Amino acid sequence: MKTSKLMKAAGLGALLAATAIVAPGYAQDSVYFANNAYRTGPFSGSGIPIGDGMRDYITMINERDGGVNGVKVIYEECETGYDTKKSIECYEQAKAKNTIVYSPWSTGATLAAIPRAHVDKIPILSMAYGLSASADGTNFPWVFIPPFTYWDGASVMVKHMAAELGGLDKLKGKKLGLIHLDAPFGKEPIPVLENLAKKYGFELKLYPVAAADMQNQGSLWLSIRRDRPDFLYNQGWGAMNPTAVKEAAKNNFPMNKFVGVWWAGGDDDARAGGEQAKGYSSLSWTLAGTEAPAMQDILKFVVDKGKSTTPKEKVGEALYNRGVYNAMLVVEGVRNAQKLTGKKVIDAQDMRRGLESLNLTEARLKEIGLGGFVTPTTISCTDHSGHSKMFVSEWDGTKWTKKADWVEPMKDEVRPLIESNAKDYVEKAGNWPKRSESCEKSS
Amino acid sequence: MLYREAGQYKSTYAADMGVFPLREDRIGIAVILAIALVAIPFFGSDFFIASVMIPFLVFSLAAIGLNILTGYTGLISLGTAAFMGVGAYSCYKLTTLFPGVNIIVLILLSGLFSAGIGVLFGLPSLRIKGFYLAVATLAAQFFLQWAFVRVPWLFNYNASGAIEVPQRTLFDIPLTGASATPETRYFVCLGLVVVLTWFASNLVHGKLGRSWMAVRDMDIAAELMGIKLLNAKLMAFAVSSYFAGVAGAMMIFLWYGGGEAADVFSIRLSFSILFMVIIGGLGSLIGSFFGAAFLSVLPTALKFGLPALGVPIGGAAAEHVTFMLVGALIITFLIVEPHGLARLWQIGKQKLRTWPFPY
Amino acid sequence: MSDIATRPAPNLLASPLVKFGLLLAAIVVALAAGIWLDSSNTLYAIFVDPFRQMAQAPDLLVQTIWEGLVSGVLYALIALGFVLIFKASGVFNFAQGIMVVFAALTLVGLYEKGVPAFLAVIITLGVMFALAVAIERVVLRPLVNQPDIILFMATFGITYFLIGFGEALFGGNPKQMIADQLYLPKGAIDLQILGGLVSLQKIDIAAAVIASLMIAALAAFFQYTRIGRALRAVADSHKAALSVGISLNQIWVIVWFTAGIVALITGIMWGARSDVSFALEIVALKALPVLILGGFTSIPGAIVGGLIIGIGEKLGEFYWGPLVGGGIESWLAYFIALGFLLFRPQGLFGDKIIERI
Repeated sequence: MKTSKLMKAAGLGALLAATAIVAPGYAQDSVYFANNAYRTGPFSGSGIPIGDGMRDYITMINERDGGVNGVKVIYEECETGYDTKKSIECYEQAKAKNTIVYSPWSTGATLAAIPRAHVDKIPILSMAYGLSASADGTNFPWVFIPPFTYWDGASVMVKHMAAELGGLDKLKGKKLGLIHLDAPFGKEPIPVLENLAKKYGFELKLYPVAAADMQNQGSLWLSIRRDRPDFLYNQGWGAMNPTAVKEAAKNNFPMNKFVGVWWAGGDDDARAGGEQAKGYSSLSWTLAGTEAPAMQDILKFVVDKGKSTTPKEKVGEALYNRGVYNAMLVVEGVRNAQKLTGKKVIDAQDMRRGLESLNLTEARLKEIGLGGFVTPTTISCTDHSGHSKMFVSEWDGTKWTKKADWVEPMKDEVRPLIESNAKDYVEKAGNWPKRSESCEKSS
Repeated sequence: MLYREAGQYKSTYAADMGVFPLREDRIGIAVILAIALVAIPFFGSDFFIASVMIPFLVFSLAAIGLNILTGYTGLISLGTAAFMGVGAYSCYKLTTLFPGVNIIVLILLSGLFSAGIGVLFGLPSLRIKGFYLAVATLAAQFFLQWAFVRVPWLFNYNASGAIEVPQRTLFDIPLTGASATPETRYFVCLGLVVVLTWFASNLVHGKLGRSWMAVRDMDIAAELMGIKLLNAKLMAFAVSSYFAGVAGAMMIFLWYGGGEAADVFSIRLSFSILFMVIIGGLGSLIGSFFGAAFLSVLPTALKFGLPALGVPIGGAAAEHVTFMLVGALIITFLIVEPHGLARLWQIGKQKLRTWPFPY
Repeated sequence: MSDIATRPAPNLLASPLVKFGLLLAAIVVALAAGIWLDSSNTLYAIFVDPFRQMAQAPDLLVQTIWEGLVSGVLYALIALGFVLIFKASGVFNFAQGIMVVFAALTLVGLYEKGVPAFLAVIITLGVMFALAVAIERVVLRPLVNQPDIILFMATFGITYFLIGFGEALFGGNPKQMIADQLYLPKGAIDLQILGGLVSLQKIDIAAAVIASLMIAALAAFFQYTRIGRALRAVADSHKAALSVGISLNQIWVIVWFTAGIVALITGIMWGARSDVSFALEIVALKALPVLILGGFTSIPGAIVGGLIIGIGEKLGEFYWGPLVGGGIESWLAYFIALGFLLFRPQGLFGDKIIERI
């Protein structure tokens, strides 16, 4: 009894000691990249395909090319379960292990990491999520939010409405409903939509969904039935989306008027609605499917060789391909940083320079093997987002297809809002570090 | 042998009733404080301090608060997280309204708002008891969490709906905000926790604490003995919420450093603090520390410690194993010692007293 | 015993009738004065306008009540699982929510692995039985006679374990309930009544019917079988039951298994309405206000409570929610329950709490 207790105590002690010395220990010719993942918890339905896509693309680069210019990318997932507390632990661990870039994968985690990253000098890559105002590179030199922000998305939603109705002037008197998760992530698009509603004379109706009622939206859809909005925009995530699609089908809401933000455009989200979900749309910037040469390489070098845990039929799903896009941004950032610094093994500071001058033109995307399949984007030292083009994609009953052409967001509406909010954020934070990093020329 | 009380005589009642009647206990507490004050900040890595010690201190304080309500007064509450949230949001409002006042003062003040709200939601406790009351406090939990999202005044109309922690300093050393080092934040947390624990210890050993325990053991009997139930129960709610509020303010200002606060103070946090109290030991201050260590440090240690020790699990699998292990450990501990880790500690001390000659 | 005659004065207010009367009178007076003085139309918006809306669009009112009824039935099903276990073993079973998820996940997971649908149902029942045996052996038996709060805590341990175990086995991604394979109906019945369209989902009707059958079967089981009698005996008094030779261990296995069956049915129904994922666990919290409203020990209480909460929160959210920006559904149920509780501290149908010194 006594010895077993001692053993237990010793074991616990060793565990604690080991926790205390989480430390880097990697080979010389590699860079370490920590990614937050959530393969567990209520949001895992969206988290799993994203994590799969990121892991497979990086494995493909390591397998096919032997890394980026010979430098292997060590990809490690830190499980968060979409929980901010665990995300903060993951940030601390990523910092201790000298990650080249931090990838928070939740708006809550991004918000918590932004102030730290500016002190610790670790770039944050929050791809099309996070704090919209952080697209202002002057005030947020360490945060990158390519290829666009939630505010760009909301403006494209308005453009989409106009296109369906036949012109921006036709918006007058129409009603747009916003179904959103009742949390900062869900409320992001509200300021832009309110501005645009005032400008174009349409009415904005809000339908908040509390996290506890994600799968219990009965009364919300009754309100939608009463208000009869002409269009619905869904800023939802996780288990909320399939429920919303099902409810829309149940309530005979015309599916082609129901558009989700890109994160509400997962395959599982739409599949839940069955036959009736046909026509459900979502904003997107990556074509689904495996036709792109890079996707073929993932199949050839990773999935077919059994180096991935992803089921083959899941490769090429909408969220999977976004994961691929995010991993591609990291890899291209590393490549660009290597070019700028002349070093092979780069660190977080170099990575920031690499990301800040990232210029993914159509031609460059073609070289990577994604040309025509994803949006080109250009990041500059003032514009950390790119405000790139996106398109409306449609669920055809089995897969996501591109419904309309690439659309530019209303940059002139979004940009002033970003700048004023960034200023506001910096003022409130008090003693925000002034940008001291020099500006890189786009390459 | 080492732990002997022979030869220590007490000549006054006050000495006999002291919180630490034995010299060895006093030495022990001094050693613990020395480790906390010197060894941990000097030898712990940033990761250890920021991700293990600070959460541990914050949860300990919240657990002490709930222990006053549940362990000492016998009122179960599932609204702790919401009261913590009240503390965090009032601290945020206070520091934006009075940026000149020192943040430590504001953290301590913000607990008062939480106490007020706590009393309000404690009113039903006069009529409802046991699990019925527990579920009634859920009303506070869900209502307040809703209010944190829906009342933009609380987060200063930020477009992101999040709390941003501004930088606040003491003698030009940043205490909050991103440039505050983990060590500074740790020292502030430690100071607050030590002072408030001392305060709680005096409270529960005093008249108020005794009336709480009388209410816990049988409230009708306590009433017959002349204890005013209204005062005792509402005081318990007030003090408990005060501690929770301070812990909440610490959580956002010294640990999280801002972010999506409404989401943080969710029902899950309420549950885990209740379980810290139960597993640590109801009606025991030191038990609150044990419980917080068990439920907040253990998952972190398993998640980051096992891979560092070379156990080849990671990502989702580690998370599953952690969940299963923590669940199994909770059940094991309850079977081994249903009165919590504090009782184990006492038994251990009792054994030490007679060791090595138990007869 | 406390002698009532010697107690001090506040007893005039203790009579619920007097209290209720006073409250009602105060509300009516305040309202009348308020609406008369109201300048900004707030009181009108709260007290008059919702009813005007109800009268104007009775079809929507019917639809709202129907939605409330269906979710009420589903809440009642979850609450039923709680009540069964609380009655028989005095355990406040926090794990009921995760049991719903676990049962549904097992069913869907087995089907995905190629097991035919109905065989999967049978195997899932077997798994739930094994779970009941395991819980009785590993958790309940060593913890017998411990205080309620310790047993409550132990069910939290079970929850943690099942979350990890379920995700390790079946993965965390949401799955679709195999509603078609189980011959659950789909589509809707549209009724043209009251000058509008009321649409009743067939799956909702099926849920209501199955839940009613389930409750009837349970009632019959409790009333007419030998095991049912034994269960009731245990619920009345553990010691007395033991002394007449009823095996507590056996009864506990049966009760937890029954709760497992209820969990499976809840999981199928709720899964068919949305999706099977770990987020469903949160929905189970909605059963708590139902429980305090109905009383922890009463099966009819769970049903009536479920219906009151379901209909109340849907009406509240639909007609009053927009006044404060919506989303009040998350807490309204608790306030409804709290309101009832102030008048009956043991819930509507709960056993009267008798305290002696």
